Amino acid sequence: MLTIDNLTTQIDGKTILKGLSLSIKTGEIHAIMGPNGAGKSTLAYTLGGRPGYEPTGGGVTFEGADLLEMAPHERAAAGLFLGFQYPVEIPGISNVQFLREALNSQRKARGEAPLSAADFLRLAREKAALLGMDMDMMKRPVNVGFSGGEKKRAEMVQMGILDPKLAILDETDSGLDIDALKTVGAGINAIMRAPDKAVLLITHYQRLLDYVRPDFVHILADGRIVKSGGPELALELEREGYAEVIAA
Amino acid sequence: MSALAVLPTRRDEAWRYSDLAAAARVWPVDEPVRLSVAAGGTRTLAILQDADAGETVIRDHRIEVEAGGSLSVHLLNIGGALGRVTFDVTLGEGAHFELKAALIGGDEQTIELVTTLRHAEPGATSAQTVRAIAAGKATTSYLGQIKVARGAQKTDAAQSFKAMLLGRTATANAKPELEIFADDVKCAHGASVGELDKAALFYMASRGLDPASARALMLQAFIAGLFDDMADEAERARFDAAALAKLERLE
Repeated sequence: MLTIDNLTTQIDGKTILKGLSLSIKTGEIHAIMGPNGAGKSTLAYTLGGRPGYEPTGGGVTFEGADLLEMAPHERAAAGLFLGFQYPVEIPGISNVQFLREALNSQRKARGEAPLSAADFLRLAREKAALLGMDMDMMKRPVNVGFSGGEKKRAEMVQMGILDPKLAILDETDSGLDIDALKTVGAGINAIMRAPDKAVLLITHYQRLLDYVRPDFVHILADGRIVKSGGPELALELEREGYAEVIAA
Repeated sequence: MSALAVLPTRRDEAWRYSDLAAAARVWPVDEPVRLSVAAGGTRTLAILQDADAGETVIRDHRIEVEAGGSLSVHLLNIGGALGRVTFDVTLGEGAHFELKAALIGGDEQTIELVTTLRHAEPGATSAQTVRAIAAGKATTSYLGQIKVARGAQKTDAAQSFKAMLLGRTATANAKPELEIFADDVKCAHGASVGELDKAALFYMASRGLDPASARALMLQAFIAGLFDDMADEAERARFDAAALAKLERLE
């Protein structure tokens, strides 16, 4: 589904990703772990197409297409979802309006008919319930006044509604208390654990991986994947720390 | 011959950002529209200025709100080469004036709002909320004067202006001016000029919104709520539709 081949990325002329390679097949859940400053968020933003994150070498193929050639909204329509570490507040636009426009914009790009207001609300209600989010919050402006945890829940409701093929979730666990972590973990499983989908979890800690069990774990350090393994690698990291495992 | 017969120049404060060539095409202009609200009375005024491209519209209003009266004005100023609307408002004791206005300009339009609020007697209140969006080579200007007379104690005047620039060639002017001769008054004013939030635009794109839709949605949000309290629903729908159509036409 996703093939990252020797990717390098610059921000303001500084090279952050230094030849990163990774391959994700349908039905798989991958976790990328790494210390602060390793390039985790840079990887997420590069895949999402954020302006200022300049790919300078290598390539990324998503479902057979050249991902880096696509505009951010085209990547979304192709089935890529980026869960933000710091979701953005948009005053004056309700979650419901925002997501309905976003979904219908994606559907239009794919040549599908738009969803009616009633059908959309039904969908939104179902996904909000899945993440334990009140419909009243869905009617409030996007992320405005939401706590850190509420923003992360809202991200997952968005993911549920947009129904992507590949979700790249950047530190979705940060800011969540233990109950919210359980709910969000269950939500990710319900929405994304399917034979035709895949997930890339980007995280600093092992704790989300207790709820969303990865098939593969990779360690990112200094802009490269330095070690890959199964779920046991995350436990090893938790036990021994990054410095120890990276040095080994 | 009234003073209006003489074409203004840049030296006239109220005209310093205007399009004088466009003004000259229609000069001399009509006498101001006069409007008064009787003591204790309530009135509303809704103005949608959506003249054809190239036209010049200059519409002056001289308004008096007598003691305890209240006037609520909604303005959508979007049409013409020069679209200029002015209000000169005198407030009696305990009177209230409210203005909610959107100025939207594209191409080479000059869209202006000039207000002079005279708090002549004690206890009057006023609230002005103005939002401006300029694209292309357009200029949007808000000149807002608040004059609090000697003895007009307990005046409460609020003025908020926010402008959004959609390109490097667009211009927004803000000129709040307070002239206060009483010592027990509250006058709050704020003016800001900004551009679309890039982080929000990327966030919206990452959810599948193409750049034009994302921008339109952000701009709608910027002026959202200005017309929500219009009593006449059909009128409100007309304002919202005209604003939306204008936003979609902006380059």
